[in-house]
Amino acid sequence: MATAREVKLRIRSVKNIAQITRALQAVSASKVQRAIATVEASRPYATKAWEVLTHIANQPGREQMHPLMARRDEIKNILVVLITSDRGLAGPYNTNVLRYTFKKFDHAPAAVHYATIGRKGREILHRRGKHIIADFSGIPDRPTFSDVSHIGHLLVEEFLSGKADEVYLVYTDFINMLRQNPTAKKLLPLEVEEESRVQQFSPTGGQKVLPAYIYEPDDVEILNQIVPRFTQLQVFHAILESQASEHAARMVAMKNATDNASELADALQLEYNKARQQSITSEMLDIAGGAEALAQAMAAEARKASS
Amino acid sequence: MPIRCEIVSQDRMVWSGEADMVVVPGAGGEMGILPNHAPLLSTLRPGIIKVVHQGEEEYFTVTGGVVEVRPEKVTVLADASEHVSEIDVQRAEAARQRAEELLKQAPPTTAEHLAAQAALQRARIRLEAARRFRPKRGPQIQSGPADEEQG
Repeated sequence: MATAREVKLRIRSVKNIAQITRALQAVSASKVQRAIATVEASRPYATKAWEVLTHIANQPGREQMHPLMARRDEIKNILVVLITSDRGLAGPYNTNVLRYTFKKFDHAPAAVHYATIGRKGREILHRRGKHIIADFSGIPDRPTFSDVSHIGHLLVEEFLSGKADEVYLVYTDFINMLRQNPTAKKLLPLEVEEESRVQQFSPTGGQKVLPAYIYEPDDVEILNQIVPRFTQLQVFHAILESQASEHAARMVAMKNATDNASELADALQLEYNKARQQSITSEMLDIAGGAEALAQAMAAEARKASS
Repeated sequence: MPIRCEIVSQDRMVWSGEADMVVVPGAGGEMGILPNHAPLLSTLRPGIIKVVHQGEEEYFTVTGGVVEVRPEKVTVLADASEHVSEIDVQRAEAARQRAEELLKQAPPTTAEHLAAQAALQRARIRLEAARRFRPKRGPQIQSGPADEEQG
């Protein structure tokens, strides 16, 4: 059994760990809120851009609107953008999204190339011998749109140059603090659904039909403005969602670690008390034994003297 | 009857409110939008947006984007936009100088040249907006020396 001193040292170190994990937990909690707020702030633009897009795409006689919306008949190359975290200690966050990716794309009927956002994903893909064409790790904790717009730019270029026939975005969708789902979304070609979608997004809802617009200079030019921006915005969104998920997963993991550490500290405290008790008991026994021996010696002496 | 006006960029809502008139730098030139305007979609050139509401004027820079006009609502989808009071004059001035340097170095018609030209234009618009429309009173930072040599 460990001595009281050893146990005391262990208790101290466990408590230190608990303090650190508790701090990390608090930091993550506030970061989740921030990431969600940023997603919300970019929603008006996304909604409006989508509304305009669907509207133009649904004009009669417009089959091939924009090269980024053109579906290709033969899919030879797929580009997958994988969003993971740069740092670990986030519970099952990275594992989940990676496992999902492999399940979805390992048996794809076309060549799969990867672009990674996040160091963890890059490392694992590299170890697995996947083909990585680009890496954008080191996204700041509080990304602005301009921090990530170059990623969307590259994806658009890859698609237009024909190096990729489809581009997918794999990220972790933030549902709530306890649930985050790995999600794959087709980014390019941009698929615009039927008119019904417009109504869903229109502010008044219901039967509202969008008016016939005057275009200036023309509808193609307007699409040229909106479509690439919209693609970048989707990437931005996915990164924010993933960051919210990462922080939520880390928060839960850190909460568990803190709980475990306190539990361990309690158990150790008990052990320490026992060890301390025991050492006192044995000391008492020593003293009692010594006193007894002394008393016997004195008694023997007295007997000797009296005889 | 005022017209509802929203200026949104990709990462935030820059401004929203009721306006009596909105002037935007449209593809075909400056375009004043009054309530009950015909539905219109136009691209935007880099420039300055003016919003008139209740006799007051608000100015915003915009680096490009799209404007959607409906009879009761104007929505600006801006690539980047800021209110004049948010402009960082020092930063814009630094950006202008950097862009001018780049412009001298990069051979014309290359991508770098075009990018530098665009950057220069953005910086100039910011500086101009700050110089012309920023309120002179109040606790706002007075335009620094960098701004004066501009004028």
